[in-house]
Amino acid sequence: MAGIYKIKKGFDINLSGKARSVIGGELTAEYYGVRPPDFPGLIPRMSLKPGDRVKAGTTIFTDKKKPEIRFASPVSGILKAVNRGEQRRILEVVIERDGDEYEDFGKADPSKTTRDEIKQKLLLAGLWPVIRQRPYHIIANPADTPKSVFISGFDTAPLAPDMNFIMDNSNAHLFQTGLNILARLTDGKVHLVLNGACEPSPVLKNAANVEITYFSGPHPAGNVGVHIHHLDPVNKGEVVWYVNLQDVIAIGRLFEEGVYCHDRIIALAGSEVIDPQYYKVRSGIAVKAIAGSKLREGDVRIISGNVLTGSNTGIDGFLGFYDSLITVIPEGKYFEFFGWAKPGLKKYSFSKTFLSSFFRKKEYRLDTNMHGGRRAFVLTGLYEKVVPMDILPMQLFKAIIAEDIDAMENLGIYEVAEEDFALCEFVCPSKIDIQAIIRQGIDLMIREMS
Amino acid sequence: MKSLRKKIDRLKPHFSEGGRFEKLRSVFEGFESFLFVPDTVTSRGAHIRDSIDLKRTMTVVIIALVPAMLFGMWNTGFQHFRSTGVEASFLQMFLFGFIKLLPLIIVTYVTGLGIEFIAAQIRGHEINEGFLVTGLLIPLIVPIDIPLWMLALATAFAVILGKEVFGGTGMNVFNPALLARAFLFFSYPGWMSGDRVWIEGLTEGKNVVDGFSGATPLGLLMQNQTDALPSLKEMFIGTIPGSVGETSTLAILIGAAILIITGIGSWKIMTGVFAGGIVMGLLFNLIGANQYMELPFYYHLVMGGFAFGAVFMATDPVTASQTETGKWIYGFLIGLLSIFIRVINPAYPEGVMLAILLMNAFAPLIDYYVVQANIKRRLKRARVSLNTGAK
Repeated sequence: MAGIYKIKKGFDINLSGKARSVIGGELTAEYYGVRPPDFPGLIPRMSLKPGDRVKAGTTIFTDKKKPEIRFASPVSGILKAVNRGEQRRILEVVIERDGDEYEDFGKADPSKTTRDEIKQKLLLAGLWPVIRQRPYHIIANPADTPKSVFISGFDTAPLAPDMNFIMDNSNAHLFQTGLNILARLTDGKVHLVLNGACEPSPVLKNAANVEITYFSGPHPAGNVGVHIHHLDPVNKGEVVWYVNLQDVIAIGRLFEEGVYCHDRIIALAGSEVIDPQYYKVRSGIAVKAIAGSKLREGDVRIISGNVLTGSNTGIDGFLGFYDSLITVIPEGKYFEFFGWAKPGLKKYSFSKTFLSSFFRKKEYRLDTNMHGGRRAFVLTGLYEKVVPMDILPMQLFKAIIAEDIDAMENLGIYEVAEEDFALCEFVCPSKIDIQAIIRQGIDLMIREMS
Repeated sequence: MKSLRKKIDRLKPHFSEGGRFEKLRSVFEGFESFLFVPDTVTSRGAHIRDSIDLKRTMTVVIIALVPAMLFGMWNTGFQHFRSTGVEASFLQMFLFGFIKLLPLIIVTYVTGLGIEFIAAQIRGHEINEGFLVTGLLIPLIVPIDIPLWMLALATAFAVILGKEVFGGTGMNVFNPALLARAFLFFSYPGWMSGDRVWIEGLTEGKNVVDGFSGATPLGLLMQNQTDALPSLKEMFIGTIPGSVGETSTLAILIGAAILIITGIGSWKIMTGVFAGGIVMGLLFNLIGANQYMELPFYYHLVMGGFAFGAVFMATDPVTASQTETGKWIYGFLIGLLSIFIRVINPAYPEGVMLAILLMNAFAPLIDYYVVQANIKRRLKRARVSLNTGAK
């Protein structure tokens, strides 16, 4: 394979409970939820109230700041509840499913549709939020024209689903239509980045109308932020869009069949799952319907997404809008006698300060314990080992903490998202919440720049 | 363990806010987290975290210091018995040094940790582990005969003015252990240099073999007694007078290996310091204006506190350069300056301490230029993309 980007920096966390390559069928649930917190910075304005009837594709709320961005119900049924948290922030909108009705948005041939019509269609159908942008890692602004569009064809996060397995031939046509649509949205290229470490699935390899590039290496080699940084970096004033791999199929389906059908194949994985495998589900499905009967005994944490960036949903939560993985790991609420002083044959660490570093097991069952207390930044040179970008992580974090807008801009805030520094947070011996710092910096930039 | 845990849980309310011993909260927390890694779980961000914490990090540094410390104990005894001309076994020498060094270690820890506990309580922070290393470093870089009250004073100075006024561990500009040494060096020069302080009992001069000199190699060189210099092998192994932990290059290199393998100490800084020292030594060899300059360059690496400074002092992550490129420059300049001060400045027989403190002050400047280079790369990229976009 020519032109393969070999990522050296990074770290693969080998968790036990990887999903085996089997699709355990299509799962449906009684309840589905759409969670506004999945969209950073969004202030939702409800379009419907509890009791209203919805179809798949019916707008249930819009973006208060950009009302043209709509959010659709994934299924048909009745809007059951609007669950709020602190300061009446909407946490989830719950829909009780009955039947299988779809809003009809009409079929359209991408080659005969203008760019504005494509945007309109995606916005109306509530499918627009699948398109996100750098800078800021938020829903793309429909008024922009991005200099390129990125699709990451693999996921290197712990226990992430194998995209080569998921992307079988059954959806090849819809996938290609989706790619054609995305190509219409930019004057530049559509980049499809594939895993250079293994043979990609034919659907991905044979995709047309895209620029295929190969990346290989440890996590975060599959992060779209890393790809953008190396292939078409975002400078001040520039915009790049990106879409999750399976969402490209949903875009294709909207134009081929005229429906909002946000389906995807997800992995249910983690050490606390009995027989981890793949399932076909719809966006927003109740976690209980997927994991309810497949959990091991004990206090567990259920995460929508991966262990580094996912959200803690609990058993009563819903699958996140962008997630194609549910991870279940044990909670770690225990005291450990002289835990820091043990030789550490069973401890897992990026550093080489435990004996286990010299006798690595294949897989580890890790829990949610912090393994220490919060401290000031002390060690240096550690974050740099897990950030495969020409960005100085420590200096960027400190610029954000100091709210130094110029420094943040100069140090690359436009190129990054929380997920790109999730490993920094994992390896940090001072237990600093780095992803929260990054989001705080991005929020500040959005406020200052608008 | 379970009964201990229960006891702690029973005591805890008294030390919490509003409890009887509220004022000792930090101390209690310090001891609790020393005994038990806390049961906190991740609440935001990554759901799993690395097993390493700052305690583990500091423990590794302490383990790396142990060879130098043990050797220092033995050498204290060895030098003492050599000066008095008494035959002694290995164990006797070691025990002698152990008994002499222990008070130094205890005094440093009690003074330093006491201040840390108070500072943590005032700030409402958890107690930081940084001093666990500093507290062992200080006794290893002073003469064995140093009066304990001086040591306590120096430690207090270093912790309060060197660290706590800046905001505690992670915020300080200068290496606290070296600050303590600098304080002693400038306040009580009589106890920090000369021919007598490096060997236990020599200051009192009792039972000393006639004509015995307790001068360190650097002291001998200052007096142009190049002939009296111990052999290279002796200096490498460390059977020479000097500060407690600095004499054995061999023991220090074992520590360096531990720091490098675990990744806790920066190999870039260490390599940089040694490279800088070699370059300066070679440069002096080339000039060769006096006996000192003619001294083969590799002698410098095994004499005085050069190796100790390179491995344990220059690598302090808080006061060193924080950028990876900066670490090379920072280390190299320390090596260069150490030998420069040593050879050129007649007032200071040893240059490592001052070189490191000086470079501590310049580390942010080095980082500044490294960061600017990164920023320039980004701006250049932006201009290129602007130009091609305009076509």
